[in-house]
Amino acid sequence: MLVYDSVDRVDAEPVNSARQRGPLYAARKKIHPKRAEGQFRRLKWIIMAVTLSIYYFAPWIRWDRGPYAPDQAILVDLANRRFYFFFIEIWPKEFYYVAGLLIMAGLGLFLITSVVGRAWCGYTCPQTVWVDLFLVVERFIEGDRNKRIALDKAPMSLDKAGKRLAKHAIWLVIAVLTGGAWIFYFADAPTLLVDVVTLQAAPVAYMTVGILTATTYVFGGFMREQVCTYMCPWPRIQAAMLDENSLTVTYNDWRGEPRSRHQKKATAAGLPVGDCVDCNACVVVCPMGIDIREGQQMECITCALCIDACDSVMDKTGRERGLISYATLSDYNANMALASDETGTIRPSQVRDAQTGRLKPNFVAFRWREMVRPRTLIYFGLWALVGIAMLISLATRERLEASVQHDRNPVYVRLSDGSIRNGYTVRISNMLTEPRVFRVSVQGLPQAEMTIPNRRIEADGAALIEVPADRVQTLRVLVSQPMAAIAGERQDFRIDVADTAGSDATSVGAAFDAPAKTR
Amino acid sequence: MADREIDEPTGTATTGHSWDGIRELDTPMPRWWLWTFYATIVFAVVYMILYPAIPMIDRATQGLLGWSSRGAVQSEIEGAIANQADYRQRVANAATMQDIINDQELFQFAVSAGKSAFSVNCVQCHGMGAAGGPGYPNLQDDDWLWGGSIDDIRQTIAHGIRSDDPETRVSEMPAFGRDGILDRDQIRNVSAYVMNIAKVPPKYGDVAAGEQVFTENCAACHGDTGQGMPEMGAPALNDPIWLRVTDQDQVVAQVTSPKHGVMPAWEGRLGDTTVKELATYVYSLSGGPSATIR
Repeated sequence: MLVYDSVDRVDAEPVNSARQRGPLYAARKKIHPKRAEGQFRRLKWIIMAVTLSIYYFAPWIRWDRGPYAPDQAILVDLANRRFYFFFIEIWPKEFYYVAGLLIMAGLGLFLITSVVGRAWCGYTCPQTVWVDLFLVVERFIEGDRNKRIALDKAPMSLDKAGKRLAKHAIWLVIAVLTGGAWIFYFADAPTLLVDVVTLQAAPVAYMTVGILTATTYVFGGFMREQVCTYMCPWPRIQAAMLDENSLTVTYNDWRGEPRSRHQKKATAAGLPVGDCVDCNACVVVCPMGIDIREGQQMECITCALCIDACDSVMDKTGRERGLISYATLSDYNANMALASDETGTIRPSQVRDAQTGRLKPNFVAFRWREMVRPRTLIYFGLWALVGIAMLISLATRERLEASVQHDRNPVYVRLSDGSIRNGYTVRISNMLTEPRVFRVSVQGLPQAEMTIPNRRIEADGAALIEVPADRVQTLRVLVSQPMAAIAGERQDFRIDVADTAGSDATSVGAAFDAPAKTR
Repeated sequence: MADREIDEPTGTATTGHSWDGIRELDTPMPRWWLWTFYATIVFAVVYMILYPAIPMIDRATQGLLGWSSRGAVQSEIEGAIANQADYRQRVANAATMQDIINDQELFQFAVSAGKSAFSVNCVQCHGMGAAGGPGYPNLQDDDWLWGGSIDDIRQTIAHGIRSDDPETRVSEMPAFGRDGILDRDQIRNVSAYVMNIAKVPPKYGDVAAGEQVFTENCAACHGDTGQGMPEMGAPALNDPIWLRVTDQDQVVAQVTSPKHGVMPAWEGRLGDTTVKELATYVYSLSGGPSATIR
């Protein structure tokens, strides 16, 4: 006889059971952001206009540098390895200025993020700006959110095809212009424009335009929020830089909850009611398609459009603005403590004055001094320090540089009259955009005689060397001394380089080598 | 699906695995990511068809485009040569070497081009820094066997020394000892004289007797005072620059049974333009006009 009762049944299930298996891949859910209106939207329009104008038009600004240098204000001249930015010209050896700018950009990002969270993402990131621009086109052609949703669902028709065609055509034009604008930073813009149009430009120019056209079109038209959520490392880094005193877009549930769609009915029934009417206005305007009422989320780029949307709803319901607002976590916690009872339940009666129906005044709003705290001061201090150091360096940098390299093989040469000669490679960098004549002379070896192949030596033993504008001149300088003048195996001396027309001068140290014993 | 454990803060399902209470989210991949993955596979297949890819027994598959790294380097070299074509043409067109010297820009090009040709063809004997060695002249100094003007240098490079070129420079020092022209004492005395004019005290021999021998046998080529004769390739003996010898015994050996240096003719191998560039480079090493033979 079998005794089934002696076997315990264990409640278990394999982790990969068909019942448990989820999808490996999730299709993108298309987001149809509704147009928002308000102060943050206005700010974003202004920032969009400014940043796009800078991007498209900056290479066309002219800046006169005389006849020997390009007259484009901003130019990355890769062929000649020069970078021009208005009155500043940077040589490859001065690339540390770029490193300094990157350090400033990094520290600036830390500073901004610790103060206002992901402001870069929400307002100035090219991805955000161009998606905004593409949305303007989409809205113009296909209408606002509801019309777009309806159009997506509608069967293909002449009207739909026309709208789609128009939208993608305009997107592509914007994409081509975006890709096209980029190349003008790398060559003389008016010349390049003619070359590009007449198909005379270099293949790399067309390839660059093509690649940037494709990325702009795909990222702005199709990928959109996917770029921020899946492709960009920035959000994850920036999220780690927030602290409890950073301003983030916050749903103030201490005054919003309990939310109710039927406020009057609920109030009449004596139920506690918060400010949120659960209208979802904040959700429909969100370009990331999230609900800010669920708290800070990785997807949130803090574009603040939900603030605008909610503020206009609050205006309609006669409540104070700021149900969704920029708030710090510490303020939020303080307000939450005021609004809740001992069990942690939000009590609207603690939030609103029973007589006036207004918010009680003891709730904390944003205070400017929250921005000033050790962390932000340190970031700002470092940022300013790097900036000041770069400015000082820029103001005092030399526009004449010389270097000397002693021949290694042979170290010295014996001449037929018994004297000893050393060879040097001298490089003179004329970093001004005009040709200059430099006087090159040997100092510290009284009996030395200098020769430079194929150059005339003046009566005083110096040579006058013309260096073209913005160029390095390499010279082979030969210095010889009679045996009698040689003191030891190594004599230190200097090679002086001085501008004949100005006060610019420099001096480099060199050594004169001689054999230990002479035959 | 109903039984899937949902992570509270993210709303995402977990894999069901738990390590000390830490559970792994089972976030689905975005679908476009999958497409990107497929696109890379397609790219790889297309790449394998177009470019060399699959190793076979003796070589990899060649690819439809016929690309090779060797070919790419070759086209880069050709591009570099094409970029120099203008300067090379100007060097070729220069009627005289003086034309190159007079054009500062062309001179610089010729020196650079000559330096790279020198590094390939000349360093084996003359050394990387052109400082030479025993038997191979130092090109940095101001002592020239066959003349140090730029035209002399060009002639030497183009046609060589004791080479098989019909216009080669050629001379031969008699074997004074081996052929019995001078006897042992005469050779010892003349070596003492040679040491003396080079301002090195001789170890043996009679300087005065040596001078007599020198005047009768050597001065015809090496000059009355031993100043040398570039036309004959006869070295100056009165300076401290000695090509082949380091002491008096070696002077004796050279007079007894001379050794002669040989240099190939380069014009046939490198062409006239490269020879001009080499001449300019060698000329620049010694410093130009001020350092030619005095």
